Amino acid sequence: MGGLIKSSIARKVAMALSGLFLVFFLLQHFTINFTSIISADVFNELSHFMGTNFVVQFLLQPVLIFGVVFHFIMGFILEIRNRNARDVSYARYDGGANSSWMSRNMIITGLVVLAFLGLHFYDFWVPEIVHKYIEFAPEDATRYYGELVEKFESPIRTGLYVISFVFLGLHLWHGFASSFQSVGFNNKYSVAATKFAKAFAIVIPLGFVVIALVHYFNH
Amino acid sequence: MNLTLKIWRQQDATSKGKLETYKVTDIDGDMSFLEMMDVLNEQLIVEGHEPVEFDHDCREGICGSCSLQINGEPHGPDRLVTTCQLHMRKFKDGDTITIEPFRAKAFPVIKDLVIDRTSFDRIQHAGGYISVNTSGNTIDANAIPIEKEKADDSFYAATCIGCGACVAACKNASAMLFTSAKVSQFALLPQGQVEATDRVLAMVNQMDKEGFGNCTNTGACEIECPKGISLENIARMNREYLKASLKG
Repeated sequence: MGGLIKSSIARKVAMALSGLFLVFFLLQHFTINFTSIISADVFNELSHFMGTNFVVQFLLQPVLIFGVVFHFIMGFILEIRNRNARDVSYARYDGGANSSWMSRNMIITGLVVLAFLGLHFYDFWVPEIVHKYIEFAPEDATRYYGELVEKFESPIRTGLYVISFVFLGLHLWHGFASSFQSVGFNNKYSVAATKFAKAFAIVIPLGFVVIALVHYFNH
Repeated sequence: MNLTLKIWRQQDATSKGKLETYKVTDIDGDMSFLEMMDVLNEQLIVEGHEPVEFDHDCREGICGSCSLQINGEPHGPDRLVTTCQLHMRKFKDGDTITIEPFRAKAFPVIKDLVIDRTSFDRIQHAGGYISVNTSGNTIDANAIPIEKEKADDSFYAATCIGCGACVAACKNASAMLFTSAKVSQFALLPQGQVEATDRVLAMVNQMDKEGFGNCTNTGACEIECPKGISLENIARMNREYLKASLKG
């Protein structure tokens, strides 16, 4: 078992599975956020459920945090190992001749997404935890929509969110499709699966951009 | 055509190397890249300089010996060819060509452009074979019916010549395309399945020990492979490895 944990393939599969889990979470997050530009009541209702449901708060949330932390720590570990595997760099290296920028720069796009997560946690998660578990403030099922739109009054914050979603899209463009290959899925359905993953990498981040801009311009 | 060559020169494994600039003239477009290197070396010898060391053997694209990183790509700008099959017509008069050894910690430079690829041999030794009783009762391999598709996939995997271009092209210096080809060629055939579990575990373990990087699915290896070994083999090796690990 020790050998399995240290093996390059097991780490690669672990990276892919944690990534797939985060993709699933992203879809769920997007679905709820998207309701905010359709109906404030629906958004409040869903947010209230997510913010107060025992299973979501005390089972799924820790699993999600573990998934995020695991994904970026494993990403760093693999990046360090990969950099060490070539001790002398090429004087001339034409990566663009055989691979996409996105596939070669997952660490850069991943670091931008990680920095964004810091901002996002500061904006929403930390105040939410303080509200519920430190101040024990009275629960108001209609507060969520107001808290969301207030954040997007700032053009700087909205701009940072939009840029981050672009980087999220670049990260997903390679990462989502690549995870199928990592778990050994390469067959007659691979072309369709890759197309789906690429479409996801465009549609979901673009949807988040639209949500941010709609709230910004509604002011 | 007249060319400027920037070539990696390194006295031995422990010395520090650097790029040296040379000029070659009247290079014919129909020459292979290695013939152009021969012209340079003859010129260097006449001038009293030490010729450039580089690996070569068959010069017909099947031995996997030639291993030059040419203008940032293993085996140069052409596709599905080794350096010896790369023709000078792919370059233009006045071009500057940078020639380096394949770079990876597991492929240390021996001298100039010659590298030590015995790490590949050790991966092969770890399990890239089948054990056959040759005491006189050997069964004819062709007596076992095999699906055409599997036989073809196995054959294509077996066309890997172990040149190391996959490692050289990969930004992570990963050897997964090579190892997966060697695992796949046996995993697809009934003769290889008897030792499949031990084989994949031992070969992947050896690959990791050699210090190669981890595959991040950039696909550069498949593009640069002179034999067109498919990424499908890596997915197959991942499946074989997981299956073998679960079996213990």
